[in-house]
Amino acid sequence: MQHNDFVRRIQSPGGDRKKSGSMHIDFPLLILLLALCVFGLMVLYSAGGQDLSYITRQSIFMVAGFFIMFTVAQFEVRYWEKWAFVFYGLGLLLLIAVLFFGVGAKGAQRWLDIGFTRLQPAEFMKVGVPLMLAAYLSKRFIPPTLKHISWAMVLTLLPAMLIMRQPDLGTALLVFVSGFLTLFLAGLGVRYLVIIFLTSIAAVPIMWNFVLHDYQKQRILTLLSPEQDKLGSGWNIVQSKTAIGSGGLNGKGWTEGTQSQLSFLPESHTDFIISVLAEEFGLIGILTLLTLYALLIARCSFIALNAQSQFGRLLAGSLGLIFFIYVFVNMGMVSGILPVVGAPLPMISYGGTAILTLFIGFGLLMAISTEPNRMRKTL
Amino acid sequence: MMYKEAFSDPARERRIFASRLIFSMFVMLLMGLVIISRYFDLQINRFQDFATDSDNNRIHVRPAPPTRGIIYDRNWEIIADNRPTSNLAIIRERAGNLDQLIKKIGSLITLSNSDIKRFYTRLKRQKPFESTPLKFNLTEKEQAILAVNQHVLGGTKISARLTRFYPKRKIFTHVVGYVGRINERESNIINPVNYSGTDSIGKTGIENFYEGSLLGEVGSEQVETNARGRVMRILDQVNPVPGSDLQLHLDSQLQKVAYEAFSGKRGSLVAIEIETGGVLAMVSAPSYDPNLFVSSISQKNYDFLLNSPDKPMFNRSIKGQYPPGSTIKPLFGLIGLQSHSITTEFKIEDPGYFLMEGIERPWRDHNSERGGHGKGVDLAKAIIESCDVFFYTMGVKIGIDTLAANSRSFGLGQKTNIDLPGERSGIMPSKIWKKQARGASWFDGDTINVSIGQGFMLTTPLQLAVMTARIASRGDLIQPQIVKSIDGVDNPIIKIAENPNISEKHWDYIHDSMRGVVHSARGTARRINENLTYTMAAKTGTAQVISIKATDEYDRSKISERQWDHALFVAFAPAEDPKIAIALIVENGEHGSSAAAPIARSVMDAYIKSTTMKNEPQGLATTNASYLKFSRGYGTYAAQ
Repeated sequence: MQHNDFVRRIQSPGGDRKKSGSMHIDFPLLILLLALCVFGLMVLYSAGGQDLSYITRQSIFMVAGFFIMFTVAQFEVRYWEKWAFVFYGLGLLLLIAVLFFGVGAKGAQRWLDIGFTRLQPAEFMKVGVPLMLAAYLSKRFIPPTLKHISWAMVLTLLPAMLIMRQPDLGTALLVFVSGFLTLFLAGLGVRYLVIIFLTSIAAVPIMWNFVLHDYQKQRILTLLSPEQDKLGSGWNIVQSKTAIGSGGLNGKGWTEGTQSQLSFLPESHTDFIISVLAEEFGLIGILTLLTLYALLIARCSFIALNAQSQFGRLLAGSLGLIFFIYVFVNMGMVSGILPVVGAPLPMISYGGTAILTLFIGFGLLMAISTEPNRMRKTL
Repeated sequence: MMYKEAFSDPARERRIFASRLIFSMFVMLLMGLVIISRYFDLQINRFQDFATDSDNNRIHVRPAPPTRGIIYDRNWEIIADNRPTSNLAIIRERAGNLDQLIKKIGSLITLSNSDIKRFYTRLKRQKPFESTPLKFNLTEKEQAILAVNQHVLGGTKISARLTRFYPKRKIFTHVVGYVGRINERESNIINPVNYSGTDSIGKTGIENFYEGSLLGEVGSEQVETNARGRVMRILDQVNPVPGSDLQLHLDSQLQKVAYEAFSGKRGSLVAIEIETGGVLAMVSAPSYDPNLFVSSISQKNYDFLLNSPDKPMFNRSIKGQYPPGSTIKPLFGLIGLQSHSITTEFKIEDPGYFLMEGIERPWRDHNSERGGHGKGVDLAKAIIESCDVFFYTMGVKIGIDTLAANSRSFGLGQKTNIDLPGERSGIMPSKIWKKQARGASWFDGDTINVSIGQGFMLTTPLQLAVMTARIASRGDLIQPQIVKSIDGVDNPIIKIAENPNISEKHWDYIHDSMRGVVHSARGTARRINENLTYTMAAKTGTAQVISIKATDEYDRSKISERQWDHALFVAFAPAEDPKIAIALIVENGEHGSSAAAPIARSVMDAYIKSTTMKNEPQGLATTNASYLKFSRGYGTYAAQ
């Protein structure tokens, strides 16, 4: 019974593989990504004040992203497993480089200027950490032992701390969560879960007093009562909620959002772009986007469940989960149920490095999805 | 690879992974539902609230203030208009550190300490997000400097707006008044809607009395602004209705002549066009520049105006109450004739004083030192030479209540209801009046004092002018008016009552007597008939400022200048066909004949010259003709 199921399941990815020839392309994923890109560019056009320069640059990154995705997909999964530490190591080096040579604004040093564009190395770690941990854990016993958990935490916390130094609390937390999710999928024991949870709780007062900058504390306080300082730090969230709420069911129409077009909405082309979408396309627009995201995450989970190797499973699963976390954190902070931590909306927000990172991730997913059935050989 | 796989249990690994992933998907579903319900709550449940907030963010109603009506003189010369000026204002909410900003501005353009002080005073009354003016009337250079530095001056605003301007400066100040910034007391009275976008209001004079016509109606603009307050587009617009233009009866030339005649003096002159009751000139001296008040006057200037002993801010023409002195004599003579208390045949002998039965104290005549006016003084002589004793005698015969009742219809003792704010009513005393005001009974001695325009009696220069005009017109009781037309529509002439029933021969007698004051050899104003090309009927007057004991002499060297007698003069011309009536007072000018009469002559000359030139532009020949005509008139009198 179980054996039959097993055989049937491993046949199905093989079938997909035939359809996509030797190109290692996962078509459902591709179609969903294209849909999200088109939707994203539409919203960005409006959010950027109908300025073509934003969508031109974003399109260039998207096209480059597709190429990178296809390229990544062409390498067999085992090569990625083998060379994961290189990717991870390069990411760490870039993060260290940011600390010394980084450029930035508003007191944060987040970008590396590489001439024709700026890179945000922290973004790469959103893929780098799951990749490294999947590679590390898949070679160890499942569920992982304390020793392996400890090493995995070191591998996670190292980049997270570096990102925190920039400072970029939001990305640091997301990187930490991505590592944690990989561990969780690898079968992290319940008591370790409890320990990590309690440690995180204990870390809150320490973080508050010694790590967090004043502006970050302010953002958290703002979340608790945004109306207290409507013109100061509460402005963003009040305006964002107004934009979302005033969109209603059907929205005000594309490029007709008054909150966004008249500059009441801050950061409307980056972190707060979902407010523009909500204002102009209403709840229907929000539900459309969420449907696309849900399908994408479902496809990621499907790929993960059908992956041929433990590495593939862990990587695909954690990439899908962390993708959901991005969406949740962004939509939560913009609508005022999470603090404003600076997390872009995947595939929609303007930002080159984020787009490239996402496409690297989806390239890996495609590689996993089209992984040759090595298990059949062993059978 | 193969080595490790040999030790792993792929089935168990799959099972653990699958259960973890499925658990995660379940959690994701729950978290997704949280997000959806949050957006549902914002966009569906609270849609109305946020839609309103969103509109409040972007839609602002801006008032479109109307332009204030222009004030012209009778010949459409501009007396008050609106000129564009640039002001620098600050919006506190957008300014950041206010002190630093002001310091920065101060380093670019000159800001006086009082500018800054007054800015902070105004700031206290300002509504949020409204601009508070810092400096008015920027020069072009200052505007350029500020424009160039706009980027470092966040929160500042240079606004062009229309500001009231009075090109004639000091000449019309009291009658036209001025506008100033709306103060706290006024802001509680006015309808805030009408004044939104308007920050000044008529404070005095015509500007105040006709505020309702001059203001116009406020319009509005519904505008969409962006987050920085910049207007993106106009959604809806209601145009303001500009204020009505006023044409005054005042004649700039006449006003100027009168104003200049008072140079260095204190006093007032009112000239009235007899036919219409229109005020041709109204001067109160000294005066001041009304433009000082328009964009808020400095404390120093204000204190100076307020504390000056000359009281420049006081409109003497309608608020100054003076004893009329002998200028009242023609009216009282007329009342004496009409009430049959005397006849034209009635004569007295004047020894220089008057004794009242039972009273030891004599009433002096003003020329008592020359032994009085002698024998055979009739009413005409008493008017021409201004004999007090005749009027003492006649006054007692008429009685105070008859005097008072008849004087009222000539405008005394009550407001003339001229179209100016703050007019005083003067006092025309009577028995009842004394009972009520002083709580005492009336004595004949009081009547004697009143009969030469002294005692309890008080009149404003305007009342004297109105009285003179009504005598000149033989009883046309016409209300004086400043405004001739509003937006081209003539103000109707207001007749307050039927003419009093006075026989023509009495009018002739009084007119002739008044003509004699100027044109006869013994007239008190004979000095001004030199080269006179028309006939003038007049009466001089002198009003005591302090009472002098009957036994004492009036010695000017013993009393200070401010207590010298007031000089008064009333006149109308031409005597046969009266067109203009004038009343004037020179405070502490001592004698009506020397101090006041020449001023009247210069104003009359200017008026006659302008009307003859207008009516008969051929010039000299006709002037001679009218001179001849007037000379004949004078001849008639001289023959009497």
